[in-house]
Amino acid sequence: MTVPNLVGAGLIVIGAGIGLGKIGGSAMEGIARQPEATGKIQTAMIIIAALLEGLAFGALFLGK
Amino acid sequence: MKIANKPIKSYLLIVLALTAFFGYASDPVKSQDGGIVDTEQEVKDYILHHLKDSHDFHLFSYTSDGERKHVGFPLPVIVWGENGLTTFMSSEFHHDDSGHVIVEKNDSRFVKIHSKIYELEEGATTVNFDDHHHPTNAYKVLDFSITKSVFGILIIGLLMLLWFSRLAKQYKNKSIPTGFGRVLEPLVVYVRDEIARPNIGDKHYRRFTGYLLTVFFFIWIMNLVGLMPFGFNVTGQLAVTAALAVLTLIIYTFSAKKDYWQHVLWMPGVPIFVKPVLAVIELAGHFLIKPFSLLVRLFANISAGHIVVMSLIAIMFTLKNELGTVGATGLSLVLSFFITLIEVLVAFLQAYIFTMLSALFIGMAVEEHDHH
Repeated sequence: MTVPNLVGAGLIVIGAGIGLGKIGGSAMEGIARQPEATGKIQTAMIIIAALLEGLAFGALFLGK
Repeated sequence: MKIANKPIKSYLLIVLALTAFFGYASDPVKSQDGGIVDTEQEVKDYILHHLKDSHDFHLFSYTSDGERKHVGFPLPVIVWGENGLTTFMSSEFHHDDSGHVIVEKNDSRFVKIHSKIYELEEGATTVNFDDHHHPTNAYKVLDFSITKSVFGILIIGLLMLLWFSRLAKQYKNKSIPTGFGRVLEPLVVYVRDEIARPNIGDKHYRRFTGYLLTVFFFIWIMNLVGLMPFGFNVTGQLAVTAALAVLTLIIYTFSAKKDYWQHVLWMPGVPIFVKPVLAVIELAGHFLIKPFSLLVRLFANISAGHIVVMSLIAIMFTLKNELGTVGATGLSLVLSFFITLIEVLVAFLQAYIFTMLSALFIGMAVEEHDHH
């Protein structure tokens, strides 16, 4: 792996980390406000996290 | 009977649990060859080799009398080359993976280089390589071999057929399933009620539940088998995940309703000059982005999991000088144990997400909108 590749991989991971943090944080807030909607919020959270993860993995995969 | 059975079962469980470590621990021993070796490079090569599909079932290897001995069993090689169909057993390569052993069959010469089978050109007796280690006088053949992955898929497919046909039969005679069916039933109900029905809708979900159940159990069992010692890394092969994603693509393309195509090609409710732009984006999303995200996610997650587990096991070789044999082995045991536990969770999660997103895409395609 060359230096630009490594820097790119680092940037991807930082971006994905911020995104996952925001999703997780908002889901936590939502669950705290409405505990009865926990199931629905978790499902939506996992779907969005999966989409984000797909994007991050795709970028890592293409930059390999 | 019951009292006699129980201790045997628990002993079996303990032995099974121990083989997990045994299998892992015996794997990287390969890098313990005589002479001066670059441990880091050997570990890297070993991990890359582990992730790839192979033409034989390699269990372990050891060195005795200065000679490498390999233990495993061969699988059939089926290739379509210059002279038509040729079949032979992979044991004829003698575990060679660098193109040195040439197999002569059916007037053609075959070599194996990095788990790929090449056919030598007319009259060539040795393989020549260019600077990038690509062969210059040999070309790839169409390879229909029963490789390790194909073997694994066949075995697990057969096993699933057995389990689920037995489960289905039990519903005809009794009201509740017995035996292993009791493990499967809640999962089947879960996929139907939590994944298929809410995402596809009450009207259409029955048609697609069969497919969703098949991909869910296939991916889940394959992920778990990949974690087992001597298992097959099937869901970490791009070809396998690509085939699964293409199946989902075919299903949501051909079951899509008129409403869906209208929203893809000529989005209602937006200014006219935006419509073509949106159509291009939607078409790219339909045919490229959705399947690509499905296939890359599964492949990358499983491959990454394998790389992490193997690297943590390799700690016992790479950090041996710094921590001592006991320290390095202990560290790698603890770390790989907990990462393997997380991988068991990931195995389920990836199967769930693949099924969930497939259901979501199908649901988007078959949804009927109310026109106001």
